[in-house]
Amino acid sequence: MSLIDLTAVSFSYGRGRRVLDGIDLRIEAGRNLGIVGESGSGKTTILRLLLGLALPTTGRIAFNGAPLDPGNRSFMRDFRRAVQAVFQDPYSSLDPRQKIADIIAEPLRSLNVETDISAAVAGALASVDLPPDAAQRYPHEFSGGQRQRIAIARAIVSRPELLLADEVVSALDLTTRIRIVELLKTLSEKMTLVLVSHDIGFVALLCHDLIILEKGRVVEQGPAGSILSSPQHPYTQRLLASTPRLPDFA
Amino acid sequence: MVDLLRIENLSIHYDGRSLVSGVSLSVNVGERVGLIGESGSGKSLTALAAIGLLPEGMTASGSVRLAGQEVIGTADRDVVILRGTAVATIFQEPLTALDPLMRIGDQIAEVLRRRARRDGRSASRADIAADVMRLMARVALPEPARLARAYPHEMSGGQRQRAAIAMALACRPSLLIADEPTTALDVTTQAEVLQLLETLVREEGMGLLFISHDLPVVGTAVDRVLVLRAGELVEEGAVAEVFDRPRHPYTIDLVKAARAFDRAIGAAL
Repeated sequence: MSLIDLTAVSFSYGRGRRVLDGIDLRIEAGRNLGIVGESGSGKTTILRLLLGLALPTTGRIAFNGAPLDPGNRSFMRDFRRAVQAVFQDPYSSLDPRQKIADIIAEPLRSLNVETDISAAVAGALASVDLPPDAAQRYPHEFSGGQRQRIAIARAIVSRPELLLADEVVSALDLTTRIRIVELLKTLSEKMTLVLVSHDIGFVALLCHDLIILEKGRVVEQGPAGSILSSPQHPYTQRLLASTPRLPDFA
Repeated sequence: MVDLLRIENLSIHYDGRSLVSGVSLSVNVGERVGLIGESGSGKSLTALAAIGLLPEGMTASGSVRLAGQEVIGTADRDVVILRGTAVATIFQEPLTALDPLMRIGDQIAEVLRRRARRDGRSASRADIAADVMRLMARVALPEPARLARAYPHEMSGGQRQRAAIAMALACRPSLLIADEPTTALDVTTQAEVLQLLETLVREEGMGLLFISHDLPVVGTAVDRVLVLRAGELVEEGAVAEVFDRPRHPYTIDLVKAARAFDRAIGAAL
C-alpha cells in the first residue's frame, strides 16, 4: 500500500492562479521519490501539502489509504510522527537559544511520544554521526553541514516512515554535500525519502523515481533511470542539457 | 604587455586573523581564469581586494595591480578611476546589485553617462538612449523598450543578472570579474547566462576572472583554474589538467564529489 497518495490535486493561494494543477502522485514505502523543478514550479507547495501544512484546493490527499483529516487529532498526530521534514537553510531552521538535545527532542514532546527522551536523542545523534557531547551545545557552535545533521537528527528522532527533504544540500559546500548524500543513503534503508530539489544530480544519487514539475504541472514521471537516459518531455530534456557537468577528458 | 590583473603574494587580515595568505594570480588580455573555493576559502575577498573594496577593518598586504596600477595602499579616489575602465564586476545576487528604486534603463544609462564624462565625450540624451537599447539587446533582454522602463522587482532573476551584465559592459572594461554570477539562478537560466558571458568575453576581447564554488560551472566558463582553500592556493593549472589529474588531496576530494553527481545523472545516459 502506498504511504501517501495525491489524486487530482490542485492548489491556489487565495483566488490567484493555480500553482499546482492536476497532480497525481503516489509515495510507496521503500521507493525514494525525487521531485525536481525550478523556481516557480510548485515544488515547495507540494511539500507543504505533503506535510499537511496546506490543504488542496481541489483533489484528495490520503495517508495510509485514509484521507488527511485535519480535524482528527490522533490521526494527525500519527501522520506527523510518520512524516518528518528537513529544510534548506540549517542556519534558520534551528532555534539559536535551545541546546541541541532540546532541539532534537522537540518532535517527541510535541507529538507526545512515550519514550526515553535522552536515549532517543543519543540514538538520533549517533545515526547522523555526531558525537554524544553535541547534545549539550548550541547551534552556533556547529558548521553548516553539522547543523544540517542536527536538523536530520530532529527529523528522524520520532522514527518516521517518510523523510521529506527540501533542498537539503543546496546551501552546503560540495564536499559537505556528498557526505550528507551518504548519510541520507544510509537512512533510506530504514525510511522512505522524498527529495524536493532543483538539483537533478543530487536526486539522481538517491531516488528510484522522479517527478519533473514545470509551472505547477507534472511534465514527466517514472523510474529515475529511464527519465535520465531517455527524457521524453522537452522541458526535461532542456533541464538535463542545462545541468553543468565536469568536462570529460578521457 | 601589462597584465589586466596581477596579484602577488596577497594577504588579507582581519582582527589579527589571517583570511587570505600568499595568493598570487594574473589575468591577461583574452584570458579566462577561474577561482574555485568553498565557503570561507577567501575567494570573494580576493575579488574585493582586486577592486580595492575590502570591507571596513580588513587590511591587505602584497600587491594588486589593475592595468599596471597598484591598488593596495592607494587612495580610493585614485582606485575609483580604475573601476569601470580597467575592471567591472558582477555579483551573485543581482537584486542587491541593482537599485530597487530606479528603472533598469536609467541604471544602465547612468553608467554610460559616467563613462562618456570620463572619456571627455559629450553624449546626447538620444545617444545614451540608443546605447541603452543596444546594450540590452546585446545581453539578449527581451523587449528592451518595455524592460528599460521596468524596476528590478518586475524582472525575473535571469533578466536582472542580464541587466547587471549590461551595466558591466556599459563600462567597456578590459577585465570582467564575475563572483558566483549564476549561483542564484535556475539551471536552465544558468546555462543561458553562462553562454552569454562566454560570447561577450570572446567578442569584446575582455579578460575574465570567474569565481565560483561550482566545479562544473567553472569548468565550462574558463581555461585556467586556481583552487583556494582556507585562504591559500592549493593548486592551479589548465582546466583539463586540474579536473582530470588533480594533485592536491583537497582538489581530489572536490573532483571526486563533483564526478559522483555527474555520474548519477549520466549513469544511464
